Amino acid sequence: MGVTAGESSAQEAMLDVRVWHGAEHGEFRHYQVPRRDSQTVLDVVTYIQRHLDPALSYRFACRVGMCGSCAMTVNGVARWTCRSHVDQVTADGRLEIAPLAHLPVVRDLVTDMRPFFDKWARAKGRFQGATTRSDPVARVPPDTPERRAVDAAIECIGCGVCYAACDVVGWRPEYLGPAALNRAWTLVNDVRDVSRLERLRAVAAEGGCLSCHSHTSCSERCPKKIAPTAGISGLKRACARAALGGEL
Amino acid sequence: MIGSPAYRARHHPAYWAFLVHRLSGLVLTLFLPLHFLVLGQALRGEAALDGLLRWTDNLPLKAAETLLVTTAAAHLAGGLRLLLLEGFAWRGPRKDLAALAAGVSLAVALLFALAVF
Ligand code: SF4
Ligand code: SF4
Ligand code: FES
Repeated sequence: MGVTAGESSAQEAMLDVRVWHGAEHGEFRHYQVPRRDSQTVLDVVTYIQRHLDPALSYRFACRVGMCGSCAMTVNGVARWTCRSHVDQVTADGRLEIAPLAHLPVVRDLVTDMRPFFDKWARAKGRFQGATTRSDPVARVPPDTPERRAVDAAIECIGCGVCYAACDVVGWRPEYLGPAALNRAWTLVNDVRDVSRLERLRAVAAEGGCLSCHSHTSCSERCPKKIAPTAGISGLKRACARAALGGEL
Repeated sequence: MIGSPAYRARHHPAYWAFLVHRLSGLVLTLFLPLHFLVLGQALRGEAALDGLLRWTDNLPLKAAETLLVTTAAAHLAGGLRLLLLEGFAWRGPRKDLAALAAGVSLAVALLFALAVF
């Protein structure tokens, strides 16, 4: 704020930051980072890379909570770092920053997101319509229950926070996880989509929605305030109905 | 461990509800053989069962019984919570259901304690 708040000021408030270095095996390294107003966790990591350790690897793009690339484990909790303010995540000025859980670590804070997105494909997360671009645009009334269910779940940015927060993903590596199932739920409710049954088969299979224990850690942590647990419960009901109707 | 990252990440009511449900389920499963053992005494006649039941008529066992009934109530309320949670469309974290389940089990515990003591 004032003119004395420069980097060289002696009484400047400092953050005590431990950052993961290495891949699966590695260690936490220790840094002192100047405290700033409205500082985000991503600002802290960026400061370290620009001023203290140019070799530090991490990932971000938009810095405004849209791209989903900056998620890390901050003081034990999975978070998007670009929109997590330092004062929300630490009271005593200590930060421990690690890569997201449940994903292979490429290096430092960068995880390999392939297993995460492969599961979106396994959950049939791709829209399949029956029309072409020369057909008229479909009209979907905004107040139907299906459209509302889609609205509640569609804003996912693919950050992987829910996936890292879910214990079942840790216990059963084949489990599709909250984000992929949430995606499937939006498509099950998309009246234009034509592969509903195929998708229900995919999510009812081993490691699908029936493995979810409704811990709701995913819904608790999702930065976009999506409740994947609600969608997964919806998939369970849809699968049960399809099974009772002899479709599955 | 409290304060550890693993604890912090799971520090929310729905996770506690899951833990209570899982642990109460385990306790009830372990108790079940004991339950059958006592009921099985009836096969050896009324006197055998009554003898055993009289033996349980003391303070520590009544306290244990109250705990057990609380555990059963918590498991039942937790199960109903899950059925409501998964059976109907909802949004948001539904912490009210976890609170309701905790309240119901506490009420059952108090009622039972009033009845036996
Ligand atoms: S509700 Fe299901 S998907 Fe979400 S954290 Fe729990 S087990 Fe994982
Ligand atoms: S559901 Fe939420 S936490 Fe999960 S990937 Fe999408 S935005 Fe991230
Ligand atoms: S950098 Fe894009 S969501 Fe954080």
